Amino acid sequence: MSKEPILKIRDLSMTYHRLNGEVKAIERIDLDVYEGEIIGIVGPSGCGKSTLLSIIAGLIKPSSGQVLLNGKKVEKPTKDIGYMFQSDQLFQWRTILDNVLLGLEIQGRVTKESKKNAENMLETYGLGDFINSYPGQLSGGMRQRAALIRTLIVEPKLLLLDEPFSALDYQTRLAISDEVGLILKKEKKTVLMVTHDIAEAISMSDRIVVLSNRPATIKDIIEIKLTVPQGIWSPIKCREAPEFRHYFNKIWKELDVHVK
Amino acid sequence: MSNNSISQEHYKYLKKIKRRKQIISITQVTIFILAIILWEIAARLDLIDTFLTSSPSDIVKMFVKMVEGGDLAYHVGISIVENIVGFTAGTFLGVIIATALWWSDFWAKVLEPYLVVLNTLPKTALAPIIIIWIGTGYQGIIVTAIITSVVITIMNMFNSFISVDEDKIKLLKTFGASKLQTFTKLVFPQSIPAMISTLKVNIGLSWIGVIVGEFLVSRAGIGYLIVYGGQVFQFDLIMMSLFILTIVSVVMYKLVSIIENKYLKWHQ
Ligand SMILES: Nc1ncnc2c1ncn2[C@@H]1O[C@H](COP(=O)(O)OP(=O)(O)O)[C@@H](O)[C@H]1O
Ligand SMILES: [Mg+2]
Repeated sequence: MSKEPILKIRDLSMTYHRLNGEVKAIERIDLDVYEGEIIGIVGPSGCGKSTLLSIIAGLIKPSSGQVLLNGKKVEKPTKDIGYMFQSDQLFQWRTILDNVLLGLEIQGRVTKESKKNAENMLETYGLGDFINSYPGQLSGGMRQRAALIRTLIVEPKLLLLDEPFSALDYQTRLAISDEVGLILKKEKKTVLMVTHDIAEAISMSDRIVVLSNRPATIKDIIEIKLTVPQGIWSPIKCREAPEFRHYFNKIWKELDVHVK
Repeated sequence: MSNNSISQEHYKYLKKIKRRKQIISITQVTIFILAIILWEIAARLDLIDTFLTSSPSDIVKMFVKMVEGGDLAYHVGISIVENIVGFTAGTFLGVIIATALWWSDFWAKVLEPYLVVLNTLPKTALAPIIIIWIGTGYQGIIVTAIITSVVITIMNMFNSFISVDEDKIKLLKTFGASKLQTFTKLVFPQSIPAMISTLKVNIGLSWIGVIVGEFLVSRAGIGYLIVYGGQVFQFDLIMMSLFILTIVSVVMYKLVSIIENKYLKWHQ
């Protein structure tokens, strides 16, 4: 990880304008992300996390500053950046296979091989029996897995996940975050993941960016080094690491949550 | 779920539900048959004035006479064609205009008050003008039918188009979708159920347009039969026309429902 960063965020600020005033959402954020890293982003709700991801994805223009992906300025959405939302956003009139192929279809890249590839991926990640089912027939966890495959299949260099598990119930969430963590590591993806679940962030990330209250500024960047029991990495096992509590308390303090 | 694995209690429950459904259907049919029989009896016993109410047997006689003469098929056929052209064209035009409005936020905003006002106007009030402008043939009638359904189609479809989830649009954008792709892959397919329910409403609205048009033009069609029946005090003819109108519109509505169930499996 000593190479050039894949993603460079430079002096990024964002102000929303509305009739009843302006909202400063992000203030002077600088961040480097290296290839293969999973970065967790935590911060108080409404601080500007989704805004940050939207800017990185090229969906909205920042007020100032820039985002560079492999040295190239991101100004509009590019196929090198994949985005995953809080809810799966599967199209209910498409079969799971057709949903997974959506991105390729839009980019005009559906071929026999890519179809085969999609089927294989669905097979690998436990959705083989549901290739021709409709989203309504799947559980929340399976749907979110399908959404992940839809994002991965276009082979983005960078993945942005915006609270990807928060629509799921607690147990599904634990299971799916474990699976997704393993998938992301296996596929060697570079990931920025927003979450409000501190434990989830620690268990999945290589580094965690702690954001301040709005306007979001970087309060701290914490490198996560966990001694995983038996040496086999997985997000669930990470939760058993002795250092886990230490990180949890540190981040909890930095978030400085006050229930008003 | 297999049937042999259900418990006795559950079986009883299912049976009870089924039984209740049957009783409701039987009662519905019985009420209809009873009403017809009572009507006929009252007519035979001279309890009602058949000059003003006709009677089921006279209606049937009239029906047979007109079928044999070939008049019925002609008039009903004309009305059905006018109606089908009316609601298909109305729906089609409405969807096209709604699409244009979705495309241009500016024009959607500009035209909004006009649509609201047009929507509150009873469209059949325009029928006399339309018939003068377009002509007193079937064209005038069809345009009247189109006008009755097009405005509500625009409003329903436009509302459906703009109610698409923002995040789904964002998702397509992250894949690099163009505006046209956003429409064809997401906005339009998502609105197909709304389009079919609008189509169902439009069948009824278009019938209003067709009948009013035929009242005014007075040359052919079910509406013409009704007006003519009124002018010559032939209540058998009026009643028969009303029955046929009811049956035809129910059948058309049902056909659309069948298509809906067949092609919209995902919608449930
Ligand atoms: N499109 C927008 N227009 C105006 N204000 C917005 C818009 N999107 C977000 N905001 C405001 O910016 C702030 C940050 O929002 P967001 O990035 O969604 O926060 P988070 O994802 O951290 O909860 C919030 O106060 C929100 O109200
Ligand atoms: Mg958010």
